[in-house]
Amino acid sequence: MDNVAVKKKKRSFSDVMSLRKTKQYITAFWFLLIPLILLILFTYLPLVDMVRYSLYKWDGFGKMKFIGVDNYVEMFTKPEYFRMFKTSLYYLIGSFIQIGLALVFAALLMDSKKTKFTNFFKGAIFFPYLVNGVAVGLIFLYFYQPGGTLDTLLTSLGFSQETLPLWMKTVGLNNVCLAIVSLWRYLGQNMVMFAGSMQSIDSDLYEAAALDGANQAQIFRYIILPNIKTVISINMILAVKGAISVFEIPFIMTDGANGTATFVTKTLEVAFTSRKIGMASAMGVVLLVLIMIITFIQKRFFEKEG
Amino acid sequence: MAKETKTKVPQNKKHYSAEHIVAAFFKYLLLVISAVAAILPMVVVLFGAFKTTAEFSSTSPLTLPQNWLNFENFKTAFVKGNMVLGFFNTVIVVGISVFLTIVFGTMTAYVIDRFKFKFSRIVNTAFLIASLIPSITMQMSVFQIISKMGLFNHRAALIILFAGTDIISIYIFVQFLQNISTSLDESAIIDGASYFTIYTRILLPLMKPAIVTVLIIKGIGFYNEFYTAFLYNPNPKLAVVSTALFKFKGPFGAQWEIICAGVIITIIPALIIFLLLQKQIYSGLTNGAVKG
Repeated sequence: MDNVAVKKKKRSFSDVMSLRKTKQYITAFWFLLIPLILLILFTYLPLVDMVRYSLYKWDGFGKMKFIGVDNYVEMFTKPEYFRMFKTSLYYLIGSFIQIGLALVFAALLMDSKKTKFTNFFKGAIFFPYLVNGVAVGLIFLYFYQPGGTLDTLLTSLGFSQETLPLWMKTVGLNNVCLAIVSLWRYLGQNMVMFAGSMQSIDSDLYEAAALDGANQAQIFRYIILPNIKTVISINMILAVKGAISVFEIPFIMTDGANGTATFVTKTLEVAFTSRKIGMASAMGVVLLVLIMIITFIQKRFFEKEG
Repeated sequence: MAKETKTKVPQNKKHYSAEHIVAAFFKYLLLVISAVAAILPMVVVLFGAFKTTAEFSSTSPLTLPQNWLNFENFKTAFVKGNMVLGFFNTVIVVGISVFLTIVFGTMTAYVIDRFKFKFSRIVNTAFLIASLIPSITMQMSVFQIISKMGLFNHRAALIILFAGTDIISIYIFVQFLQNISTSLDESAIIDGASYFTIYTRILLPLMKPAIVTVLIIKGIGFYNEFYTAFLYNPNPKLAVVSTALFKFKGPFGAQWEIICAGVIITIIPALIIFLLLQKQIYSGLTNGAVKG
């Protein structure tokens, strides 16, 4: 049987190969047809449309009026649009704290022999990541409301209710509160990713360090950190991208009121409430360009590293 | 607690010095505080969900409910809050979307990994670049397309938006395929099998672990997705769990005990899945994140 197959193959090797190629092309066509249609229809076509719309004045229904780069000029000359990025700073600082904490927890909970109840702690810190975003918003509206959980905790520590601020209504403070919600939500996911890459470090390194009498802090500083440097920098870049495109938590909790608007909540408001599709598209293009610049820097950075 | 360990230590090995005990004390202190901070905001919501209206306004959030069997709020949330409908719609949308994501994802990954011609690399790059684009700010143009297709206020809008394969599931499948030897494919071809047969009969069954991973992370992602449903399916009859819960902000605005019940209702499925599939969720996240 085998022999026959080999002989057949030899005789018409090139025929078989070209037939194979043809069959592969046919298979690839059918397999990729729908995925590619979806990709083009809902990613690339909207992208082209967005760039096109950004040059028009349009409410989404009526006539489109070509106005060139006026939308961009308006955006860059009116400070109210770029002020939104200031809100992002709260989230950016929040996510750097989050990365630091996630690293510490990942290191503490990586080795179930060294820490007791690791599964419980890991699970408790991680679970918020699985909670529905709307539920997260409501949980924390309840947490921060006057006389709510936070106030109760603080009054039981001796603060009087009158001296406590209105957490969600005080400009500035409300952004801190929202950034904390974001930290609460994503810390566990960060931790699990760091723990995963820590576990992939060669265990000989830990043993050698332990034999040399290194303590946990030294192991963390000299073995874990250098070995997961790449993962940390990727997460830092993701934190920057995440901070400039924050959306869900402020949208659900405050709808951008009292200075909590972010660039994305503002974009959606301009698009779907004020019905200025052109302006919103220009904002979308600016955000996209920013993200692309960050991605480009990230790529350059890692090429140099490697 | 700490004192007890201290007295025991001297009999133990040398390296359990005072320094170690202090370090251990702070380690557990930090862990306990963090675990409490993670859980407490949800626990107080659980307390609130079992309180009556009068009880809710007269007790502090940290007070335990008087009657743990008071399911009135849950009943109101389920019936008046459209939660039953929300779950029904969510199951349909998430079920079909996850199924399609897996079908399209495995097919795409199969072509990218097994057929080494230029086109498959182009496809790979096309998906990769797509993942860099923040889709949320393109919603005004996506909205126009969905409207033109006549899918506004139709469940199909959510399904096709979710089912568009993303680079993470493709990567998970490609990584998995790379570890399945191509000699399996080769011998099947010699036996006269078509590429479609190889994909369905040989590779799909072998890819089960990767499929489970994608099923879990995508399933959770779609279940938690809010804005897509909010924007494209505002019709109350099409509400999914997140949009149904979001509506609680309006009519139940002053009735926190009902909002609390609604929140708990949405958390329970996530909690059950987490307790059952903890390991797979952790490894799924780590796998999906390998290539940033």
